[in-house]
Amino acid sequence: MNNIFVYCEIEEGKVADVSLELLTKARDLASTLGCRVEALAIGHNLQGIEKQLATYGAEIVHVADGEELAPFRTLPHAAVVCGVFKEEKPQIALFGATCTGRDLAPRVSSALHSGLTADCTSLEIGDHKEAKTGKEYKDLLYQIRPAFGGNIIATIINPDCRPQMATVREGVMKMEPVANPSPAEVKTVDYKKYLGDTDFAVKIVAREMEERKINIKGAPIIVAGGYGMGSKEGFGLLYQLAEVLGAEVGASRAAVDAGFAEHERQIGQTGVTVRPKLYIACGISGQIQHTAGMDGSSMVISINTDPEAPIGKIADYAIVGDVNTVIPKMIKYYKQNSK
Amino acid sequence: MNEALKIVVLAKQVPDTRNVGKDAMKADGTVNRAALPAIFNPEDLNALEQALRIKDRYPRSTITILTMGPFRAAEVIREAMFRGADGGVLLTDRKFAGADTLATSYTLACAIQKMNPDLIIAGRQAIDGDTAQVGPQVAEKLGLPQVTYAESIDAIDLQSGEITVRRRLERGIETVVMKLPGVITVNASAPECRPRNAKMVMKYKHARTVSEVQQQQEDYYMALHKERCYLCIPEWGAADVNAEEASLGLNGSPTKVKKIENIVFQTKEAKRLTGTDADIEGLVKELISSHTIG
Repeated sequence: MNNIFVYCEIEEGKVADVSLELLTKARDLASTLGCRVEALAIGHNLQGIEKQLATYGAEIVHVADGEELAPFRTLPHAAVVCGVFKEEKPQIALFGATCTGRDLAPRVSSALHSGLTADCTSLEIGDHKEAKTGKEYKDLLYQIRPAFGGNIIATIINPDCRPQMATVREGVMKMEPVANPSPAEVKTVDYKKYLGDTDFAVKIVAREMEERKINIKGAPIIVAGGYGMGSKEGFGLLYQLAEVLGAEVGASRAAVDAGFAEHERQIGQTGVTVRPKLYIACGISGQIQHTAGMDGSSMVISINTDPEAPIGKIADYAIVGDVNTVIPKMIKYYKQNSK
Repeated sequence: MNEALKIVVLAKQVPDTRNVGKDAMKADGTVNRAALPAIFNPEDLNALEQALRIKDRYPRSTITILTMGPFRAAEVIREAMFRGADGGVLLTDRKFAGADTLATSYTLACAIQKMNPDLIIAGRQAIDGDTAQVGPQVAEKLGLPQVTYAESIDAIDLQSGEITVRRRLERGIETVVMKLPGVITVNASAPECRPRNAKMVMKYKHARTVSEVQQQQEDYYMALHKERCYLCIPEWGAADVNAEEASLGLNGSPTKVKKIENIVFQTKEAKRLTGTDADIEGLVKELISSHTIG
């Protein structure tokens, strides 16, 4: 009882990376709290799913398996999650900050009257003393996220309501299998008792899903551009550099909002979190929303005309100069010096 | 449904988080909205456009903007009226202050219950919080279905009361049919909102809330509003929407802000370089010899 639950996203029999990342984090939190990690798998044809989940630390796997539960639809999944949570009373519940998690988790939090924090960049366990009443709380979940356009970092807590709920973007937490995993205990959820007719008010009539074309999360080198690249055409330089270096092209939110690059390339709190061995930030000022998604890079090179740009403070090499002259030079000298 | 839909669009006036100054936060960790330029939340404009497109198709439909905020949030209602909305309601009360997404959703849901719409449309998320929680939470509070990440409304069948919506997800597009009444939240990838319409600007330029009329203390407005009641933007407080006080504002919010930190970068020893050929060549050679590249 009062364990940590992870809602696991499953597509075509495979657990999403974000869910495995959350299980990895949940293990860490559970060892601090002295509780267990439970996974909730809702979908269809889920036989054997517990093996994937146990590898990343799920000790108990609740499985709701039925044709009407796949593909994901908000209402039936919300009803099953709420039903299970009411019975199991988790102290913490984690969801991926994906289109699914960001659709489902608020619905669940409203139904259970439990607080939810979106897009956390860090989760920790800590205590709290209420200033007004002097009431003390032990072992709360600190839900830490940039807020307010990335101008501040807020630590949010849910002192009184359970579960304490948070969503986390893909790539923010590390994904590490357990060294010697034990098999998970499987609990079959008698889900039909949670569902009513109104839970089927939305029908899926068509789905056109594509394989992910751009994989910046796994790229060892990333050449990222910001608003300072000036235009979509300006981004062309980044593709040239990326091609010679064998890199992927990333972008800041400002650049994506301005239409310079596709959303799939967005790095930062509201995009993807990356940890490449080399990150080249071109025309990126370096607001916290962006750096939250790349400050785990092994090496950062910034190219910016503004010597005071905040990106210079987290860079290993800060090149003060114009991207339009610096990048061609990098390409030229790379070609000259590499074999 | 009589060839018309009754639509409520949820809109929020947000601080322009792209231009934030030092005094933006109060000591208690809440936002000092008074110190910031205020704008119409961008995705709420995408939501308004979807409502206007329904009204284009079914001109007897009505669009009412619902916004919660301080007195000056009436600006977003006026702006929406200039673009084609029929009117709006300002939810304003000191008791609403400090609300998290759940308390906000509760308050909005109380007001929507009073308005009894067929369809509620909102932006996916507001730029000051980026949570995307209010839409789904409003839907849950009202016991209605939800469709999030909408990019377009492809069809409406008024006979069966069904609406076909295209959703933009990470890896593709999903088309769903929702039974009305329901809630739709609209993505930034949806079409932009049309600009102001000159006729509407003329018609509604004197639209004011009661508080705004009182502030101006001009008999002219009083008389005008008495004569043309469509210019009066209603203001509703907690009592007007039969809200339970314990569920409002800071007290009704399960989440609390424990701590706010300003951003302090841990300064590394950045090696400063210029854009000269010598510097760039030196760097590239260094990266190659350390096997970082190549």
